[in-house]
Amino acid sequence: MRLLSADTLRLLVPALSLAVLLAAVFWLQPRTMSYTGLNLLFNLAVPIALATIAQMLIMMVNDLDLSMGTFVSFVACVTATFLNTDPLIGVLILAGCIALYAALGVVIYLRNLPSIVVTLGMSFVWGGLAVLMLPSPGGASPEWIRWLMTSKPPLVPMAIVASVVIAIVAHWLVMRSAFGVVLRGVGGNQRSVERAGWSIVRARAAAYALAGFFAVLAGMALVGLTTSADANIALRYTLLSTAGVILGGGEFVGGRVSPVGAVIGALTLTLAASFLSFLRIPPDWQIGAQGAILILVLALRLVLNRREAAESAK
Amino acid sequence: MTAIFSKPWIWSFLATIAVFIATIGFTAGASTLGLAQAALTFAAFSIIVGLGQMFVITLGPGNVDLSIPATMTLSGTVALKLMDTNNDLILVGILSALAIGVVVGILNYGLIKLLRIPPIIATLSSSFIIQSTAIWYNRGIRIKPPDVLANFATASTFGIPNVAIIALAISAIAWVLLEKGIYGRWVSAIGQNLRAARLAGVPVDGVRFTTYVLCATLAALCGFLLSCFSGGAALNMGAEYLLISIAVVVIGGTAVAGGFANVPGTWGASLFMFLVVSMLNTYQASAGVRMLLTGVIIIAVILAASRKQSA
Amino acid sequence: MTTQAGIADVIAVDGAEKSFGAVRALQGVTFRVSPGECVGLVGHNLSLCPNLTITENTRITHRALRGFGWRRRGEALIRAKLDEIFPAHGIDPGRTIASLTIAQRQMVEIATAFSETDEPVKLVILDEPTSSLDASLASQLLAFVRKFVAAGGAVVLISHILGEILSTADRGAATKDGQVVAERPATEFSTDSLVAAMGSVGRARGASRSARDRPSVAWFMGEGADWVRPRDNKVALVAGDRNVDGTMPLWSILKNMTITLLPDLTRLGLVREKDETGIAQGWRDRIEVRTQNMDNPILSLSGGNQQKVLFARALATRSPVVLMDDPMRGVDIGTKQEVYAMLRAEADKGRTFVWYSTEMDEVCQCDRVYVFREGWIVAELKGADVNEENVLAASFAEQAA
Repeated sequence: MRLLSADTLRLLVPALSLAVLLAAVFWLQPRTMSYTGLNLLFNLAVPIALATIAQMLIMMVNDLDLSMGTFVSFVACVTATFLNTDPLIGVLILAGCIALYAALGVVIYLRNLPSIVVTLGMSFVWGGLAVLMLPSPGGASPEWIRWLMTSKPPLVPMAIVASVVIAIVAHWLVMRSAFGVVLRGVGGNQRSVERAGWSIVRARAAAYALAGFFAVLAGMALVGLTTSADANIALRYTLLSTAGVILGGGEFVGGRVSPVGAVIGALTLTLAASFLSFLRIPPDWQIGAQGAILILVLALRLVLNRREAAESAK
Repeated sequence: MTAIFSKPWIWSFLATIAVFIATIGFTAGASTLGLAQAALTFAAFSIIVGLGQMFVITLGPGNVDLSIPATMTLSGTVALKLMDTNNDLILVGILSALAIGVVVGILNYGLIKLLRIPPIIATLSSSFIIQSTAIWYNRGIRIKPPDVLANFATASTFGIPNVAIIALAISAIAWVLLEKGIYGRWVSAIGQNLRAARLAGVPVDGVRFTTYVLCATLAALCGFLLSCFSGGAALNMGAEYLLISIAVVVIGGTAVAGGFANVPGTWGASLFMFLVVSMLNTYQASAGVRMLLTGVIIIAVILAASRKQSA
Repeated sequence: MTTQAGIADVIAVDGAEKSFGAVRALQGVTFRVSPGECVGLVGHNLSLCPNLTITENTRITHRALRGFGWRRRGEALIRAKLDEIFPAHGIDPGRTIASLTIAQRQMVEIATAFSETDEPVKLVILDEPTSSLDASLASQLLAFVRKFVAAGGAVVLISHILGEILSTADRGAATKDGQVVAERPATEFSTDSLVAAMGSVGRARGASRSARDRPSVAWFMGEGADWVRPRDNKVALVAGDRNVDGTMPLWSILKNMTITLLPDLTRLGLVREKDETGIAQGWRDRIEVRTQNMDNPILSLSGGNQQKVLFARALATRSPVVLMDDPMRGVDIGTKQEVYAMLRAEADKGRTFVWYSTEMDEVCQCDRVYVFREGWIVAELKGADVNEENVLAASFAEQAA
């Protein structure tokens, strides 16, 4: 029996920190312990969770997407403009973006490019396009998205329902399906997977396309919540999505990721922002606190890795 | 003749000349000198951070310093506040800026080495902490630089902007370090084959530590100069310089995979970048187009310089 | 194509050649295995994805494992095969590879190779499959191999453990320098006949040390371990796996040669290029690196000459002890002779060489030889005792059960 194996601990850390943080928030602000309160606390977690899954898919194949923030902002701008007024064109643009993501994944592999530099360059492409589309805040959310994001299911707030759905779908896709195994294998031992007869090009295209898809969903969800968009609306999603994956037990290399953990990580980070403001921590420090949290989690991870190494040496 | 064309940095210079001519053509030769001076000034700041980034990138794949903008901001903010427009405190300002660079470098490498955090994430996280520190320290009041420094930063000597002269001096030192110094050999060895370098006796940890400290210090220096030049330290003053530092290195011919660095190329690349931006301005392209084009150029350049995946 | 027995061949290989970079692994090998068609391959570690579970790794191997319920089927498949080969193995297919011990990983790899979904497995190539298994697991595997073969399958067993070949194989082939030098029914093999047939052993694991003085330096080096050059610079290294441990691919011959020596050539942080060029050219002549221009890229040299540069890198230093990690792998015979002569000259001048080698010729040149077997020293031979027979005997000696 592996009672407290490192695997279990990996998931325990984000779950526990979420629980602890939630308890702290309830204690600081008892009024949040309600349907509306919870919804407000976790509303913005939905687009962040989607972006975190997208980043997770990229990290799964040993890359990193530094353009996540600008891409989600761009999608938000498209959603608030084209998708609203000319849905067909909007859908075409978004589909094109997903295709572009797939192409990036393939090109990075075929030409041995560093994903950091490519995605950093792409971040300026998306940023430029977003600014061209919406030089100043504007646009409006398509009705159906707005309806979806502000719906009020009985008993459990929409935010929680959505998060659970995202976690389940992503978990099934990545961890349970036969398809997901191949994608994770590419991250774990690419050569071995290739030798077994799989096409790395197709696997990476699939991983990146999926990531693009989830990122598109993130942008759409965001607009549904904020009802309008601007070019800088989601810039912090780059660090947030990365932190969420790490917090949830994912690793940068090796194909080790946890979709459930990633969603929990996103929830925790969203909550942390509210927690910090309830604590009256000045907004000046909030951004730094997020960096500190990431470092803390990574330090914790180091301890866990050492423990795991000790375990397997037995 | 072919020897010249085989030098990797020749292309960025040729491109620069082409864009220069195009821009002059459009403005009908109106302000050639002004344009040249503006170019050199912009290039100066890009070069200073670019050189630091160049050394880091040369350390090998995965090595990038994403904390440059934050370091620039913190350094400018702290130095200006400490000097408090007082000409007598200039030395304090300079030393504090450099000290900040050193501390940031130590912080970055500490995260990388002790906590085994990949450099990208380590510098990304630390950048947020540094940025917060700058925001907190600033308290919203925009302090001006001391007159002497402001004048120095905006003036020229023999027609060449002073900041460009400083950048040239730093470039010369960097070139000597790289081409003639043992440090440069060591950085290049580590970037080509980390394991072989270690086995061959290269002090890998010491060299990496020095490089990250060097990069952060150069960023701090740049932030200091930029604040003096701009008349104050704005909280977003470093924002563009992240991509600029990487672009200038990549377009200038330094190998993105590490092992090969190119100082003259960074000059060619900065001038090229500036001229592309100003050409876009003269053609009245918006900020969006500028961003878009910058991104496209970077990707195009690394694609062109890339090699096929070996079977 | 049929063998003498008249059964159709599984694999018929004629004149096969294989090179890994500069290493000529196979030179004109003709080999046939009968009967069958599908192949499983077990090699040295690293063919599993460490982040996946055992069941998931089975999915990677078998494309047919998909659709609804694949996990259950995959788990049943691998569990059954593990049970068949290694009864009482105690491995849970739900565990990730990373959490397994090396022995367990090897067991999983072997089971995966033998596992079948839509296509039957007819031929499995096992490359040193018992290297991480203890005696009881090894005998379980070999017993299974006999069963598998008896049921019509074919197995190519690559091993340096004579006992395994004698007990398990029908036919044996001994290779030397990439060529088959003896092929006969396994029962006709014995240590003596092997020695007679081979002269040198292709895959004997032997380490040798040539020493004039007793070295006072301690060092640790294993596969994949990181050795760090000690601060006092008493030891230098000649790497054997050039690309991984040795060459800086973007650099010139000159820079590759002087990298370890650089601190000696540096004043005030700057490299004295004249001194550097002088020393490098001296060594180029002494070691006979075939190049016109020391500024040419290192990769413009042949493999043997690149290796010479790595030798010069270590020898040019003042280090009294030089470690050599199988440096003559994949180097042509002419270069080898030149280097041996030079090593002898250096040793006569008082330098100590610690030479890890798998070649009998090299091992026999040493003053003192330690023969390793599975990480332990099983024999120390000195002076006149250093000869092929003794080394081979020590390598093949059966371990006490």
